[in-house]
Amino acid sequence: MCGIISVIDRSRSGMDGSSIKKALSLMDERGSGEGAGYAAYGVYPDYADYYALHIFFDNLVEPKVAVDEILRKWGHIEDQEEIPTVEQPDLRRTHIPWRYFFKPDISLMPGSRTPDEDIVMKLVMQINTTIPGAIVFSSGKNIGVFKASGWPEAVADFYQIDKYEGYIWLAHNRYPTNTSGWWGGAHPFNLLDWSVVHNGEITSYGTNRRYIESYGYRCTMFTDTEVVAYLCDLLGRKHRLPEDLMVRAFAPPFWDEIDSMPEDQQKLSQAIRLTYGSALMNGPFAIVVATAEGIVGFTDRIKLRPLIAAESGDRLYISSEEAAIRRMEPNLDRVWMPKAGEPVIGRVRI
Amino acid sequence: MSLGSIPMKFKVRIDTDECMLCERCIENCPYGTYRLEGEKIHIDSRRCVACHRCVAMCPRDAITIEEKPIDYRRHPLWSREAREAIYNQARTGKIVLAGMGNAQDLPSIFDRLLLDACQVTNPSIDPLREPMELRTYIGKKPRRLDIQRKENGDVELKTTLAPNLRLDTPIMIGHMSYGAISLNAQLSMARAVADQGTFMGTGEGGLHPALRQYQESMIVQVASGRFGVDIDYLERGAAIEIKIGQGAKPGIGGHLPGEKVGPDVSQTRMIPERSDAISPAPHHDIYSIEDLKQLVHSLKEATEWKKPIFVKIAAVHNVAAIASGIARSSADAVVIDGFRGGTGAAPRVFRDHVGIPIEAAIAAVDQKLRSQGIRNEISIIASGGIRDAADVTKAIALGADAIYIGTAALIAMGCRVCGTCYRGQCPWGIATQMPGLTNRLNPDVEWQHVANLFKGWTLEISELMGAAGINSIESLRGNRDRLRAYLLDEAMMNVLDVKPVGA
Repeated sequence: MCGIISVIDRSRSGMDGSSIKKALSLMDERGSGEGAGYAAYGVYPDYADYYALHIFFDNLVEPKVAVDEILRKWGHIEDQEEIPTVEQPDLRRTHIPWRYFFKPDISLMPGSRTPDEDIVMKLVMQINTTIPGAIVFSSGKNIGVFKASGWPEAVADFYQIDKYEGYIWLAHNRYPTNTSGWWGGAHPFNLLDWSVVHNGEITSYGTNRRYIESYGYRCTMFTDTEVVAYLCDLLGRKHRLPEDLMVRAFAPPFWDEIDSMPEDQQKLSQAIRLTYGSALMNGPFAIVVATAEGIVGFTDRIKLRPLIAAESGDRLYISSEEAAIRRMEPNLDRVWMPKAGEPVIGRVRI
Repeated sequence: MSLGSIPMKFKVRIDTDECMLCERCIENCPYGTYRLEGEKIHIDSRRCVACHRCVAMCPRDAITIEEKPIDYRRHPLWSREAREAIYNQARTGKIVLAGMGNAQDLPSIFDRLLLDACQVTNPSIDPLREPMELRTYIGKKPRRLDIQRKENGDVELKTTLAPNLRLDTPIMIGHMSYGAISLNAQLSMARAVADQGTFMGTGEGGLHPALRQYQESMIVQVASGRFGVDIDYLERGAAIEIKIGQGAKPGIGGHLPGEKVGPDVSQTRMIPERSDAISPAPHHDIYSIEDLKQLVHSLKEATEWKKPIFVKIAAVHNVAAIASGIARSSADAVVIDGFRGGTGAAPRVFRDHVGIPIEAAIAAVDQKLRSQGIRNEISIIASGGIRDAADVTKAIALGADAIYIGTAALIAMGCRVCGTCYRGQCPWGIATQMPGLTNRLNPDVEWQHVANLFKGWTLEISELMGAAGINSIESLRGNRDRLRAYLLDEAMMNVLDVKPVGA
């Protein structure tokens, strides 16, 4: 079932993690205590120019030595440490969360227009597929994902998320079905700038996966949500589709609707469906995707999972439940139910 | 050894208590199985091919046909077929001809793949209540779109899309030429595909003027004999298919015997009356992949780059690499014809022993094109032994964009798969040019049967998709996660990239 909530402050004012913890905990009914997580943007201002690599290590010997080696080969480690955690009675520690602040050596990838991002993406795929006992679960600049197997409040307290300040927060409360509640399988999923929380099941996963893997991405987390982050990276970053058109590729209008659109819109929508048919996501889902510039929430084409949006001043909220939003902000200017497939977009002011 | 020394294949009996001597069986059997002798119908069972025309026409259900009434001594190696082929060749010294598709008793891979359905964690979708989209576009798709924002904030699409065929259902009818089958059979199928928003192939037999009313639903074919090809023909088709090979007889050409080349067939094919129409094994202007590319370009130039060009090949061992070459030739679709593909006539050794199953071919081609990043360059059309909506759904889940049917469409018009097409006396008016026989097939009736088949399969595919929680065919295509293998070996599962049941 799963519960999701996210918030953006368009003026980039920081919010600490305490209120989103309360909101997510309100939706404990939607979870099973086997996975919860948070993503926050703007949490590492002192290292804003470095890629913050969050990694789950099984131990600090073989996997860590291998990761250190590959990172040093491809760039410079400015700083690294174990992510501070506080033991929780109902959270069993199965991995060691670690973070690196890393700058890739762009001279090592000549010929790429985005060498730093391409190097980091390559490293994430390589570590996740070839180094046993190491999983990169967060790899953006000034972004941190904090997740584990446990209830939302335990995970929040484990990582002390109230000590981080971000202008965008994503949070997820998991009821695992397809894969067991392991730490890597908890949401949010992140790659570079993209973070994703997802409620539902993507019935087109096999198609999406075959598609994205032909572009060099490797699905390693055994869950359908991961593919959403990679699709966002491909369509949004590499193919430079604006957010609304990216969502139109993921949850396109029905052909009947396209046929009755004005000509230029019809042409555009048809081109998107033909070109990105394999990126179309089917099945029941509500998804919120974040980048440093903003958040986008959308559902499947027939809205088989709930999604509600609200605004209060500079803040935009997207969640599975209105009650959770009201837990964060009781006084809302506006609350609405987005239509199926219709994106809710919140951008930071430039 | 004289004729008659081989046991007959069928034993025909008439229940004399029921028979009213209406003589319909005599009229309907072109093979001369029945004749009237006094007050009794005499039966020469040896002539029977089990086409069931007499059975269907008998008003009293008086006829029974028994298969293989006399057994040979059983032997696991020396089957009846093996022995009879030898008797046949000992007598004639010739290649043994056979009709329809592969008749070997090999397991079907489709039958060992099982489809998925939703339970609890995701809801199935009811096609009666929710939209279910089967619309399919066949042709090149761009690898990415170039979209730019104009100053006023509107977006502008910079990418130009190549022409695509729009199908309302992912099922088409493959190429069966006028000559191989009757005009009435072609007319019935053409009207059906036009009605159902899909397409059929002309085969290498030209386009008869009577079919021009359906030309927007026809794919014209350029095969190695180039029969019927001129600029008018090319321009009339919605798409053009270059036929390199055929699943029933990979590596060899075709032969339409002169007795089938009457005045009408002669005109449509642009060959002299009563002359044999021989399609050579290779195209004599295609001896390499570069030559194919030139032909694709020539056809595109001739039709001003307005029509998708298909290339049809037989599924052979190296099919994936061949398809990848074709994808680079600027062709818009590759048709892969599996070893169960039908034919009017093929050497038995080819029909039964050359080529590979379509299921493995789809999987290998889709995988190769994806690994090379050129899957969008070309659509995959699969054919060869597709029997029902489940086969279609599985073919698409393995990676096909659409499928061709052949035999299934003929069965919808009455064909009983007797496999005697090569004799040109089809009692159902399908694989024949004899006026007395072609008249038996009424296009005003039979088009509806073919259209019904499309409707029925389309409904079933919609239901299967809905049960799998998928409301758009794009999300079924290549979705091998929704297939499981039952009783397939591990090597086969690796080729198909499908997990076993329970995994």
